[in-house]
Amino acid sequence: MTPATVALEDVEVDYRGRGRALGPLSLRIGDGEIVALVGPSGCGKSTALRLLAGLEPATRGVVQRAPGRGETSVVFQAPTLAPWMSAAANVALPLELSGTPKPEARARALEALERVGLGGAGASRPAQLSGGMAMRASLARALVTQPRLLMLDEPFAALDEITRRTLADDVLGLWSQTRPAIVFVTHNVEEAAYLAERIVVLTRGPGRIAGEVRVEAPLPRPAGFRTWPVFTEAAEAISALLAKGAEAAP
Amino acid sequence: MNRLADALAPLGLMLLLLGAWEAACRLTGVPAYFLPPPSQVAVAAATGLPVLVPAAWNTLSVALVALVLAAAGALLLAILVGLSPLLERAVRPLASALQVTPVVAVAPLILIWAGIDHPERAVIALAVLVAFFPIFSGAVTGLRSADPDLERLFDLYGAGRLQRVLRLRLPAAVPFLMEGLKVGAGLAIIGAVVAEFAAGSGGVRGLAWQILDAGNKLQTDRMIAALVVLAVMGVAVHAGLERLERAGLRWWRGR
Repeated sequence: MTPATVALEDVEVDYRGRGRALGPLSLRIGDGEIVALVGPSGCGKSTALRLLAGLEPATRGVVQRAPGRGETSVVFQAPTLAPWMSAAANVALPLELSGTPKPEARARALEALERVGLGGAGASRPAQLSGGMAMRASLARALVTQPRLLMLDEPFAALDEITRRTLADDVLGLWSQTRPAIVFVTHNVEEAAYLAERIVVLTRGPGRIAGEVRVEAPLPRPAGFRTWPVFTEAAEAISALLAKGAEAAP
Repeated sequence: MNRLADALAPLGLMLLLLGAWEAACRLTGVPAYFLPPPSQVAVAAATGLPVLVPAAWNTLSVALVALVLAAAGALLLAILVGLSPLLERAVRPLASALQVTPVVAVAPLILIWAGIDHPERAVIALAVLVAFFPIFSGAVTGLRSADPDLERLFDLYGAGRLQRVLRLRLPAAVPFLMEGLKVGAGLAIIGAVVAEFAAGSGGVRGLAWQILDAGNKLQTDRMIAALVVLAVMGVAVHAGLERLERAGLRWWRGR
C-alpha cells in the first residue's frame, strides 16, 4: 500500500443547522493514485472534494492531509479564470500568491501553458479562449505549482464530447509526467471508468460509500480502450452501484 | 436608412416642439417675462455665452472635484468595510440614514460648518455627499462580486488579506465601480446645482447662481438659456462617461 496523500476517517459534514450533507465517510487516497468520486446530484461529491482539498472543515471525524500549503490544486467546473488577466497571468497567479518572484512565475506559467497545448495563448484573455482552451488554461494553473494532490470538480461537464475525450487523455498524459494523486468528481460513468484506477461510488445525500470499482488496466489508456471488456465491465459495475446507492435510505 | 431615421427622429421632435412653442408665444402674445419664445432664448444664450460658459465651468469643476473626493472616500471606506464585517454592520444604518436625508435639508448646516467665508467649500461638500452613496454601494457590492471559486483558490494558495483585496476583489469590482462612478457623476452635478441654490449669492457663481440671478431680475429668457446650458452639460458628461465605461469594460473583459 502506498502512503496516503489524504485520508478521511468517519468524516461527517453538516449543513449549517439543516442536517447532514455528507458521511459518515472513510476514504484514503494513495500517493499518485487516480480516484473518481461518482454519485447522484446532491450526494455531497463537491463537499467531499472541498474537504479533501482542505477548503472546508469536517463537522466530525478526522481529515489527514500530507500535502503542505501550495501542494494541492483544484480545477473547478467552470474554468474560473480572472477575466481581467491574460491567460499567462492567470496561470502564474498561484505561484505569485505564494511568493515566487514575478519573472520566474511568468516563465513557469508559459511552460505550463505549453504543456497543456496552449503555447501561443499566453497573452490572450479568457474571453478570447474557447471553452476547451479555457479549461486547459485552468488545468495549467492547477499544474504550475507541481501539486502532490490535484482535485478536479466535474471539470469537463460543460464541454462537448470530443473535447471531453481529448482532455481526458491530456489529463492522463500530464499525470504520467509528475504523478500527482488525482481525485475527480463526476457523474459521468464512462468518464470515471476511463480516467480512474479506482472509482468510489457514493449513495444519494447524505453521501456514504455505496461501493468501489477498480479498473486494472494500463495508464494512460491505450487507444481503443473504450472497447475493452475491462472498461465496459467497470462502467456496468459503476452503474449497478449507482442504482444500489440511489435506493439507500437517506 | 433606419439608422438615419433613428438619428433624425429626436431632432425632428425637438424642432416640432420649438416651432409650436414659438408659434404659441406669437399667437397668444404672452408677455416675455412669463414665457419668452425660443428665438428670444436663443438670442439670450448667444449674447450671454461669455457669462454662461465660465458659469458652466464653475459648476462642472465643483462637480468633478466632488466626484473625485467622493470616489476616493467611497472606495476607501468600501475596502475597510470589506475587510471587516463588523465595521460593515456598524456603518450600514448610518449610511442609509445619511443617504435618505435630502441635501437641501443638510445644506444650511454644512454652510455654517464650512464657514461663511468659504461657501465654495460647502458647495463641494454637499456635492460630495450626494455623489458618495451610489459609488459606495457599488464598490461594496463589487468587492463582494468575485467568483466564489476564485476566492477558494486564494484560500488554497494562502493569499493574505491585502493580496486578496488588491489582486482579486478590487479588479473584480471594476464594472461595479464604473457604474457607480457614472451614476455618481450625474448626482454630483445635481448636488452642485442644489448646493449653489442653497448657498445663494455668496456661493460659487455657477449655472444655478445664473438662474437665481436672472429669476430675481425677471429675465426669463436668461433663465431658460442657463437651463439649456445645464442640460447640454449634463448630457455631454453622461455621454462621455458612458463611452469611458464601455471602453473600460472592453479592457476589463479583454474584448
